[in-house]
Amino acid sequence: MGVAKYTKDAKGQITDVTLQSGIHVKTFYGPEDLERIGFSYEKDLADPGAYPFTRAIHPQGYRSRAWTTRQYTGFGTSYETNERFKLMIDHGQTGLNVAFDLPTQMGYDSDDPMAEGEVGRVGMAVDSLRDFEVAFKDINLAKIGSGLTINAVASIMLAMYQAVAEKYGYDAKVISATPQNDILKEMIGRGAWIFPVEPAVKLIGDTIEYSMTTMPRTNPVSICGYHIRESGATPAQEIGYAILIANAYIDNVLPRGYDVDEFVGRFSFNFNVFGNIWEQVAKFRAARKLWARNLKEKYGVKKESNMFMRGLFGGGGYGLTKAQPENNIMRGAYYALSAALAGAQTIALCSYDEAYTIPTPHSAVISLRTLQLLMDEVGLRDTVDPLAGSYFIETLTKEMEEKIEEEMAKIEQVGGIVSAVSTGYIQNLVSQQAYAFEKGIQSGELLKVGVNIHTEGESKDVELHEYTGETAEKQIEELKRVRRERNQRETTRTLVDLEQATRAGKNVMPYLVDCCKAYATVGEMTSVFRNVFGEFKEPGLF
Amino acid sequence: MARTIRILIAKPGLDGHDRGAKVVAHALMEAGMEVIYTGLHQTVEQIVATALQEDVDVIGLSIMSGAHIPITEKLVRKAREAGIDDKMIVVGGVIPGRDIPRLKELGVRGVFPGGTPFTEIVRVIKENVRRDQEAKWE
Repeated sequence: MGVAKYTKDAKGQITDVTLQSGIHVKTFYGPEDLERIGFSYEKDLADPGAYPFTRAIHPQGYRSRAWTTRQYTGFGTSYETNERFKLMIDHGQTGLNVAFDLPTQMGYDSDDPMAEGEVGRVGMAVDSLRDFEVAFKDINLAKIGSGLTINAVASIMLAMYQAVAEKYGYDAKVISATPQNDILKEMIGRGAWIFPVEPAVKLIGDTIEYSMTTMPRTNPVSICGYHIRESGATPAQEIGYAILIANAYIDNVLPRGYDVDEFVGRFSFNFNVFGNIWEQVAKFRAARKLWARNLKEKYGVKKESNMFMRGLFGGGGYGLTKAQPENNIMRGAYYALSAALAGAQTIALCSYDEAYTIPTPHSAVISLRTLQLLMDEVGLRDTVDPLAGSYFIETLTKEMEEKIEEEMAKIEQVGGIVSAVSTGYIQNLVSQQAYAFEKGIQSGELLKVGVNIHTEGESKDVELHEYTGETAEKQIEELKRVRRERNQRETTRTLVDLEQATRAGKNVMPYLVDCCKAYATVGEMTSVFRNVFGEFKEPGLF
Repeated sequence: MARTIRILIAKPGLDGHDRGAKVVAHALMEAGMEVIYTGLHQTVEQIVATALQEDVDVIGLSIMSGAHIPITEKLVRKAREAGIDDKMIVVGGVIPGRDIPRLKELGVRGVFPGGTPFTEIVRVIKENVRRDQEAKWE
C-alpha cells in the first residue's frame, strides 16, 4: 500500500519518516540541502522541455495539452465493450485502454477447456478479427488511440488492430495503438506469460521493428514498472527495473541493424502512483531524468524528443482497500494529484470498487470526473512543474535518483535483468518485501486508513459488476460461426506460413496480420508459437 | 506431538496475480507449516494430483479473477473423485462477502478475503487440522 514508516516519541511527535524506497525525510529542508546534494539548475533540472527533462518533456506542460485520460475498460463480449467505450468517449475520455479476458491474454480460444469459467470475466474476450470489428465499430481510430493491455500475445493483438483498422478503411500509418507488450514484467509480477524468455523478448523486438515501418504512430511497448510495484517492489525498484527492461528490448532490436533513434522514441512507460505523495512526485521527476540520461549516455541517442519518458502514471490498485471502499475515491484523487504534479502525459485511475470487482459504469465515471476536476477546476494546468525549486522536492528527487541507480546496479551485479528474471531473483526479492509490508500493515507499523486506523467495524459490499455464464455461451457461439463461415483453406495457408516464418526466425508480424485477416483465431496463432517456442518455466521460490 | 502441517498453496486458472499467494506462503512458513507452492496457471486436475502426491493436509486456493465459485466447485468434485475429500480446503483472494456462504456450503473451511490478518489464517488452519486429526483417532 506504499505508506511511509513513522517513528514517534513518547509525546506522539514524529521523530523519523522513512519512505518506502528507504530514504529518510528530515524535519525541514533549506539551502544547505541543495548545497549538500550539489544541486545545479542546468544539470539537474533545466527548463521544462529541455534535457534532462526532469521538469517536463514539453516546454508548455499542461498549458498546451492536458493529460490524456484513459480508464481501463473492457469486459464480456465485444458488444458490451463497444458500448462501454462509447460511454467513456461520450463522457469526454480521450483514449481507450482495452482490458482483455484471461483466456485471450493467455492465448486460448473461448471454447478451450483452459478457458472455462473465465470467458469475458476480467476483460473482453477476443477470439478472432470478428470481435475487434464489433468492439471498435463506430470509433474513430484515426483520432482515438488504444492501449491494448496484453503482453504474451501482444504481437497477435497488434496485428489484429491493424487488420481491423484496414478493414474499416484506415491506413495503418494513421492509427495509434499502445500494446502493453512487456513480458519481463509479466514474469516478475502479473503472471500472464506463455513463452520462454528468449522467444518472448524476440516477439517484442518484432513488434518494435514492424511498427517502425508500418505503424509509425504506434507505441509498440509500454514498460510497466506498475505491476512490479504491485508485486512488492519499492518505488525506486519500480523505476530501476523498468529502465533495465526497456534496455533489454532495445538490445534485442539493435542487432537487427537499426539506429536506436529510429525506434526508441515510441517506447512508453506505465508507472504506479499509490503511496507517499512526495515520494511519487520525486520518483517521476527522477525517472524522466534517468531515462533521458540512460539513452543519451549509454545508447548515444541524438534526437531530444526520443529521450522523453512518456507514459501512463496512474492506477494505484494496491493502494485501494476493501474496507470503507468510498475512501478509495479520495485516494484516487490524491494519486491523480501526485501524477499531475509530476507531469504525467496520461493518467488513469483504478475505480473505487476495483478492490472487489470490475468497475461499474458509475465508478468508472467517478474516476474520470476526478481527473477532469483536477484538470479543469483546481488549477493543475496553470504552470509547469509547480513544485520545482522546493528545497525538499529537489533534494528528494536527487536522493531518489541515487536510490534508483543503486537498485539498477544490484541487478547488474547478479547478471542483468534477463537473468534476474529467469532465475527468480527479483520475484523472490519483491515477494519478501511484499510479506514484510503486509506484516507492517497488520502490526500497525504502517498506517492505512480504514484498515488499521479510523476503522469502523464490518465493511460492507459495494455494488458489483455482474458476470454471467451467458457471456461465454454467446462468445463461443460467435466463435463457432466464424470458424464455419471463414475460408478455411485461406486460414490454413496463413497459419502454415506463420509457422514457417516463426521457425525461420523471421519477423512474424506481417504473417500475423495475414492470419488475422483470414480470421485465424487467437488460440490457433498462439498454438503455432507454443509448438515452436515451448513454454516458460516459472523459477521455484519455495 | 502433532506432525508439521503440510499445505498446498495453489493458483488455479489463468490469473497470474500471485502477490497474495506468495505473501500467505511466507506467513504460513513462518508459522511453522510446510508450504508447497504450485506456481501459476494450474488446472484443478493438476492441483488435485499435486495434493495427492505431496500428501498435504490442506489445499489453499488463491483466486483473484472472480471465478472462485466455479473453481472451488470443480476442486471439491475432483478431490472427491480422487478420494482425497478429507483434505481441508481454504480459499483466499478477491472474494466478495456475499459469496462466502456458498463457499462454506461447498465445504470450504476458511475463506480469507484480501486483508485477512495472517494470525487469523494460521488459527483457522491449525484448529481445523487439529480437529481433523483428533476425529481420525476417535
